[in-house]
Amino acid sequence: MEIPVQRHAQCSRRSLHFEIDCQPQRLVQVCSALSRAGFGFAGLIVEEWQRQWWLRYAFHSLSGSGGKILRRTLAEPPEPADFAPLCSSADWIDVLIRQPLTRTSYPSISSEVLAADWHEREAEDLFELTFEGHPRLGDFVLHDVAWQEGLAPMRKDFNAHTPPSERRPNPAWRPQRIVHEPGSFLMPIGPIYGGVSESVHFTLETVGEDVIRALPRLFYKYRAVEKIAEGRAAPDLLLLAERFNGIAAFAHGLACAQAIETVAGVEPPARALTLRVMLAELERLRHHTGTIHDICESTALTVAASQAAILEEELLRLSGSLTGHRYLFGLLMPGGLSRDFEQHSLADAVRAVQDIARRLTQLERHLVTTSSFLDRLEEVGIVTPALARTYGLVGPVARASGLACDLRRAQPYAAYDAYTFDIPQEQDGDGYARLRVLFAEARQASRILGQAVNMLPDGPVCVACPDIPPGAALGWSEAPVGATFHWIHADEQGRVSRYHIMSPSFANWHGFHLAAEKFAFQDFPIILATFGLSAAETDR
Amino acid sequence: MTQWVLEGLRAGIRTTRYPFAPETAAGVSPGLPAAGELARPDLERLIARCPTAALASADGRLVVDARRCVHCFRCVRGSDTPAPWQGGYEWATGEGTLGKTFTRSLHIRVVDAGDCGACLHEVKQLAGPYYSLHRLGFFISPTPRQADVLLVVGPGTDQMREALTKAYKAMPTPRTVIAVGTCALSGGVFGSNFACGGGISSILPVDVEVPGNPPPPLAILHALLLATGRAAPAAKERQTAGERMP
Repeated sequence: MEIPVQRHAQCSRRSLHFEIDCQPQRLVQVCSALSRAGFGFAGLIVEEWQRQWWLRYAFHSLSGSGGKILRRTLAEPPEPADFAPLCSSADWIDVLIRQPLTRTSYPSISSEVLAADWHEREAEDLFELTFEGHPRLGDFVLHDVAWQEGLAPMRKDFNAHTPPSERRPNPAWRPQRIVHEPGSFLMPIGPIYGGVSESVHFTLETVGEDVIRALPRLFYKYRAVEKIAEGRAAPDLLLLAERFNGIAAFAHGLACAQAIETVAGVEPPARALTLRVMLAELERLRHHTGTIHDICESTALTVAASQAAILEEELLRLSGSLTGHRYLFGLLMPGGLSRDFEQHSLADAVRAVQDIARRLTQLERHLVTTSSFLDRLEEVGIVTPALARTYGLVGPVARASGLACDLRRAQPYAAYDAYTFDIPQEQDGDGYARLRVLFAEARQASRILGQAVNMLPDGPVCVACPDIPPGAALGWSEAPVGATFHWIHADEQGRVSRYHIMSPSFANWHGFHLAAEKFAFQDFPIILATFGLSAAETDR
Repeated sequence: MTQWVLEGLRAGIRTTRYPFAPETAAGVSPGLPAAGELARPDLERLIARCPTAALASADGRLVVDARRCVHCFRCVRGSDTPAPWQGGYEWATGEGTLGKTFTRSLHIRVVDAGDCGACLHEVKQLAGPYYSLHRLGFFISPTPRQADVLLVVGPGTDQMREALTKAYKAMPTPRTVIAVGTCALSGGVFGSNFACGGGISSILPVDVEVPGNPPPPLAILHALLLATGRAAPAAKERQTAGERMP
């Protein structure tokens, strides 16, 4: 096989990362200006660092160029008139607040940047910080029926392995009622519900047929991943990154590995970068096939569900026979990959993927001519583009609502800048639009794999990654559900001092109620399936 | 609608022959490290490489605690002398207490107690055409009240403890608990901390254990067969020398 020109991310381009020191009183103004300038909100990273609070509000440009990271710091935010030049040159802007530990109250930005709503609730629950002006704090990660307020497990003085000596749960806690119409009632669902489902609780409020309010209650699966990550060495951190959300293990592992490599100043070899793209796309294809299966199953279209299940199992077996693990565990390591692949087995795998993608398209052709199936999806679970933008939704859900944001294009990583692929986009924002985006992305995944296998450079798949020096970095990837960001801060000994995962399901669960509300009860499982969300990814 | 009938027929029968014949297709199982003879320095190096203490030495031999293996492959990749590796999937251990009454109709309530999604996903595959658990008289039940088996995945998080206990108490007797996956057996990479219990046995009495991170669908099928006395448990120590991983 002919191997054409070798291209990869080791290019001359530079990615500009700004860090702006900001006083709390200017925080809302600065963050809302960045949000209005079209920057995406990646998340709020709270750290207890050297006897100070560090609150980092991470924003990313939706049109970055990728490449080597250049850091710039600004001692204070620019005047409002000077925001435009900053926003046009920066790829990333971190707004950083540094305050003594005694100050525990900060302004809430969620009225201006709604995507920060749940981030602030999480920080309140895990660090006992207060966000002035936030309408709803408390009972988020740590449920009041299990733990008392004021626990703050992410504080440095909290030991994860010694259970708190005192537990004062509040057994009288009840979900908040919002609907007070005559005849309204609350329908609780979960955390154990349905056939085989993740543990999530929903409070659906209704006066009869239609769901008026739908609030998901998450974190039943809180495993304190970020807490137990502290004190670990970099390779052991990857074990957690891969295993906290097993169905998108590679995407999360990749974001984590890239963060470690940025801190360590290590560039993986070109072959590893291309192989990472291939494995990430294989995972995306499998994940999307699984979501398509769930959608078919939720509409009780059994034959279609079985057809999708066949393709999904074939992809799992393909992953298993190619890499040794059906969910691609154990492949990533800081500096590259843990193993190489024979060219012929990769070529066979890509041929198999292309065949599966062809059969998936055939399945789509049958589905779009099945009116009983379309009736359940069309104009159901609508998220308008304006609301998707306000809530900062990510991934296929956002792209089905007219937001063409994809980190593979917006902030290229690994070798993504070397391939031609489309970012599928729909405007309708309903369940059917989300299904079409999933099918289209599955085809694009197969297209990228087809290009990558022909452009695979020779050489090693891993460079030695030394013990990481003190430092911090953000790693990101476009996981199957959407943009994911992993923040790592290493201390003087090269151990993790803070690890924070900002996951796509976290962002999309926040906006899930938009789709579920004002639709009938029987549409609820279908809308849920079209979102393709994971509780494990959110709960951590 | 006829198109779906034709599509269904065109797909043909994909279902595995297991348990009537072994499944030999590639990629159905990640395999596990196996016990074997190794030189002492190699043995020590391998044991040090394992992040979850799944490897140990006994009388100078490598022994494997499958309940702890998280499939990080560190004992086979990047190591000069790789650990012996064994394919297969009949990994479930424990005792089948339900007996012959349940051979044709066993109802299973699946509970997610903090699973990463992979084990749950493998359980989902069981209902698909490749594994079709219904052909063996196994059914997924929507409620614990009509379930004979509580199939639990995940390490047992603190906030799921109450729901899990309630589900168990709601089941009629005789009942069996199957713990699926390394996290459910030993806590896996999460271990034991204030938010998660280091395994289901800290919450419920576990009858059947299935190792694997995640266990492949066939291993879960083996556990269900074991629970009804239709299969023998995995050998206590896996003695075979195993084959080499690429």
